[in-house]
Amino acid sequence: MTERITTDDVAKVAKLARLRLSDEELTRFTDQLADVLEHAADLQSLDLDGVEPMARPVPLSNVLRPDVPGSSLARDEVLASAPLTEDGMFRVPPVLGGSE
Amino acid sequence: MSTDLQNARQISSAVRAGERSAVEVLDEHLARIDEREAELHAFNLVTADGARAAAAAIDVAVAAGETLGPLAGVPVAIKDNLCTRGVPTTCSSRILEGWVPPYDATVVTRLAEAGAVMVGKTNMDEFAMGSSTENSAFGPTRNPHDPSRVPGGSSGGSAAAVAAGFAPISLGSDTGGSIRQPAALCGVVGVKPTYGAVSRLGLVAFGSSLDQVGPFAANVADAALVCEVIGGHDGGDSTSIPLPFPSVSEHLDDGVEGMRVGLVTEMMGDGIAPDVAARIHAAAEALAKAGAIVEEVSVPAVTFGLSAYYLVAPAEASSNLSRYDGVRYGLRIDAPTTGEMMELTRTAGFGDEVKRRIMLGTYALSAGYYDAFYGTALKVRTLIREDFDRAYERYDVLLSPTSPTTAFAFGDKTTDPMSMYLNDICTIATNLAGHPAMSVPYGTGEDGLPIGAQILAPTLGEIPMFKVAAALELAAVAAASLA
Repeated sequence: MTERITTDDVAKVAKLARLRLSDEELTRFTDQLADVLEHAADLQSLDLDGVEPMARPVPLSNVLRPDVPGSSLARDEVLASAPLTEDGMFRVPPVLGGSE
Repeated sequence: MSTDLQNARQISSAVRAGERSAVEVLDEHLARIDEREAELHAFNLVTADGARAAAAAIDVAVAAGETLGPLAGVPVAIKDNLCTRGVPTTCSSRILEGWVPPYDATVVTRLAEAGAVMVGKTNMDEFAMGSSTENSAFGPTRNPHDPSRVPGGSSGGSAAAVAAGFAPISLGSDTGGSIRQPAALCGVVGVKPTYGAVSRLGLVAFGSSLDQVGPFAANVADAALVCEVIGGHDGGDSTSIPLPFPSVSEHLDDGVEGMRVGLVTEMMGDGIAPDVAARIHAAAEALAKAGAIVEEVSVPAVTFGLSAYYLVAPAEASSNLSRYDGVRYGLRIDAPTTGEMMELTRTAGFGDEVKRRIMLGTYALSAGYYDAFYGTALKVRTLIREDFDRAYERYDVLLSPTSPTTAFAFGDKTTDPMSMYLNDICTIATNLAGHPAMSVPYGTGEDGLPIGAQILAPTLGEIPMFKVAAALELAAVAAASLA
């Protein structure tokens, strides 16, 4: 299908997915992902010219409901499970600065 | 008449008639949980207090002469990826630690409205990724038939709960076989309904185009009843089919005379243990004896199901699981910046299998690889659907094993993810096609452990599927009495 996935590829993917990997994990995950991708190479033998992709099994799209206001979740109840809140909002550390 | 505590319909009629109290039924199940739960670990949480209150309310309603639903007083176990208002829902992941859903999944609401009593939240592979429950952050569930073996997964806790008599029915979710495979390994009935036939509102998303909620039960008729209770249109789920669930219960005694059953060639050869294949051949013969026309049929594209699935499902998972970032719910590992906080939180909160699938999916969707991986997999999905459709022009249902082997030992497949994924070879194509399928116990293997027969059907083909399931259940009982 394509060339074997490398530790550089996996390091890049981990960064995109916001995961931190140790050197041992990087090697192990690279081997394991390569196994799965190698198995998936059997798809290359198929003639897929003119085959439409199928993203979902049910042919429903843009399902609308009547434009009538309904009830929403209670804000306090939603915020009760958040790690940190302030004045009815989710609170996060600074977005800029630090080591990034 | 004594009530079979693993028969939901018997419990419900006895409770509604005032012959048994719901509290008394519940206490018998809680006693069984007390006896074996420490050994089996089917539950992440047993909700005994809430269950007692719900059962007492049922008894009050019966005494007041109120009309109650078809599951009145029936204990039910709920997979821990279905939202339950006020009751922690963890997906067996550290990352959801401390999260309490502010709403109920539609299926949970419908069960409660039918009178069912939730006894607890069941253990699972983290975020439903796995086939053994070994990927749970809280430790594995053990198979009630042999505690040295896995119960299957990902809904292993829900399957074990029914097999151990903790509850007569339970709910699971099935993205690639996660209801059917544990049902087979634990010797119970498990149903994956047509995609869109049961609401996904409140089911924590894994692969949104594949996930479907369904029941476990100790018998086919109870499974049919639960499908009818939880199924049907839900305006809160935009992928919900705007139709009622097929009325399967009234067709269970129809028999299979003249029905056309195709035994899937590709699911009977390589990789299927000989004792499993032998039982499925016996199931095919039993159906033929009951009057069905049984033939072998080739569905070639299903052999590509595993490859397509392990690109599509991780791709969808990588997108769905991006929401776990330490901001709105669950775990947070503090750090000087939001970016670092998110990275530390996700690194600490997710287990290895979840990380593998997130990375695989991110890779399959990334620039330069999208067409080669994700795009190709979606086209293969079309081929699988078309091959099934061709088979269903000639057959009402298809038959295969559910799982290639009986329950395997702990640790057998954990170091090699690919060997674990190969467990799904018979179940996975169904999810890609969006079709229904179910597993019915059909005897045991050489090791004495349960084997499941899988019945596959076309979109909304639940009625023929359940007819054949009922016939196989009868045949299995008859065969067991001869043995």
